[in-house]
Amino acid sequence: MPESIQVRLQEIYQTESRQVLATLIRLLGDFDLAEEALQESFAAALCQWPADGIPDNPRAWLVSTGRFKAIDQLRRKARFDVSYEDVADRLENELATEDTLETHAIEDDRLRLIFTCCHPSLAPEAQLALTLREVCGLTTEAIASAFLISPPTLAQRIVRAKAKIRDAKIPYEVPRADQLAERLASVLHAIYLIFNEGYSASSGDSLVRRELAAEGIRLARLVCQLLPEPEVEGLLALLLLQDSRRKARVTTEGDLILLEQQDRSLWDQAQVNEGCALVLRALASRRFGPYTLQAAIAAVHAEAATVEATDWPQIVGLYDALLERMPSPVIQLNRAVALAMRDGPAQGLVLIDDLLTRPPLSDYHLAHAARADLCRRLGQKTEAQQAYQRALALAQQGPERRFLARRLAELDDD
Amino acid sequence: MKYLALVYYDEKRMEQKTQQEWDALNQECIACVEDLSKSGHFITGSPLMPTSAATTVRVQDKRVTVTDGPFAETKEQLAGFYMLEAKDLNQAIALAGKIPPARYGSVEVRPARELMETGNTAGGNAG
Repeated sequence: MPESIQVRLQEIYQTESRQVLATLIRLLGDFDLAEEALQESFAAALCQWPADGIPDNPRAWLVSTGRFKAIDQLRRKARFDVSYEDVADRLENELATEDTLETHAIEDDRLRLIFTCCHPSLAPEAQLALTLREVCGLTTEAIASAFLISPPTLAQRIVRAKAKIRDAKIPYEVPRADQLAERLASVLHAIYLIFNEGYSASSGDSLVRRELAAEGIRLARLVCQLLPEPEVEGLLALLLLQDSRRKARVTTEGDLILLEQQDRSLWDQAQVNEGCALVLRALASRRFGPYTLQAAIAAVHAEAATVEATDWPQIVGLYDALLERMPSPVIQLNRAVALAMRDGPAQGLVLIDDLLTRPPLSDYHLAHAARADLCRRLGQKTEAQQAYQRALALAQQGPERRFLARRLAELDDD
Repeated sequence: MKYLALVYYDEKRMEQKTQQEWDALNQECIACVEDLSKSGHFITGSPLMPTSAATTVRVQDKRVTVTDGPFAETKEQLAGFYMLEAKDLNQAIALAGKIPPARYGSVEVRPARELMETGNTAGGNAG
């Protein structure tokens, strides 16, 4: 085989295989049958294209070949189980009647696939596994290693999710207008979790984790392109702005560096620019939600040359708006820290001490760490030490523990 | 496809309603059934008497044993059911969301399966 065709075929697999799969799932109505058909259509391409040349529209060729292969497969199975006969007949009849290969229908297939994989009737961990496997095309091994579980466990999770899609008849569709907002929230949440799994967790294979963060951004970009709603732009902006700090947020030893101590010249300026532009667009729509507001906060940080030059009043205002839409203790904590920057540590400490009086923040290590930092800035060394010790006792992850221990040691040196 | 919508709520909370409030909710349910019937989605359904009227029957070693109440204590109790005809889960969810007592508790939506001579699903995985 000429090497160029093989290289080209690999490229086509990279760019087209997920789209071909998404369309085959719609046409065949079954995930497993579609996966088999996808493999068979690429196998057929490997045999035929070197002799016949690459078709003008490789995607349409692959879809149509995959569909014929699936019908063949069903006919073979029907020899042992007649119930497959009906399915094969139906598929063959549809083939003769409808024009299923229109470009816009195929574009929508990817969105249908995303909405099906992120259907809220599937457990969140099943949504993530299924999205990474079916939409992103990651291998079971790669996903399992990212989530620190064994490949058989992960495979089982995917099998169960597919069984539920079939048994409960989760439709392969972009939800109607009256369900769209809620379903989109489920999709965006799954994408956010995928990104976060790659971005914030400190254990596991760092290469695989890097890949997850990149997949999260790719997915957000894809949904943004297919369904350009303000909150989708907001999520993409948030992921880009967080990811822009990737090189600056850990030391070479893997220790965390706080935002205020990061070398801002290491922030990826292309990601910052793209993220900021998306935030402005989403905010201008006036139909934004929590992701856009979180992205806007990240954008204010991204545009400041130093901690001191940060527009803290604006950040406090954005946290207020965020709390209105998403009342959460952790957001209250972040707001208190921003307020301390705006009005001074004493004011911030009043708020944080109040939050620490009740769960869940009373046992949250970062709340005690924030208290410690404000006490330190106020020169209350003993209180600061006690709060760092409390935070250290509650912290789980290695890098966070090392960071807190370092802060405590610095306090002793003063 | 048939879906069973099981309606759950906290009975104690419902007992605190005035007769007038309780009747109003029941009138809403009558209207809901009328709407679902008109659109062809209602197969059958019924509200249930409270769990205080429930009896649990078990058969062990060919002997029937009878105990009072539902077999498990839960925060919300089964209050009624709707058997619905829907084209898929999204439609079933949309219909279930219109069931009036859903705002006091929850509605569990489960696809029904066919009883068959052989090849029954949802069990029999071994061997």
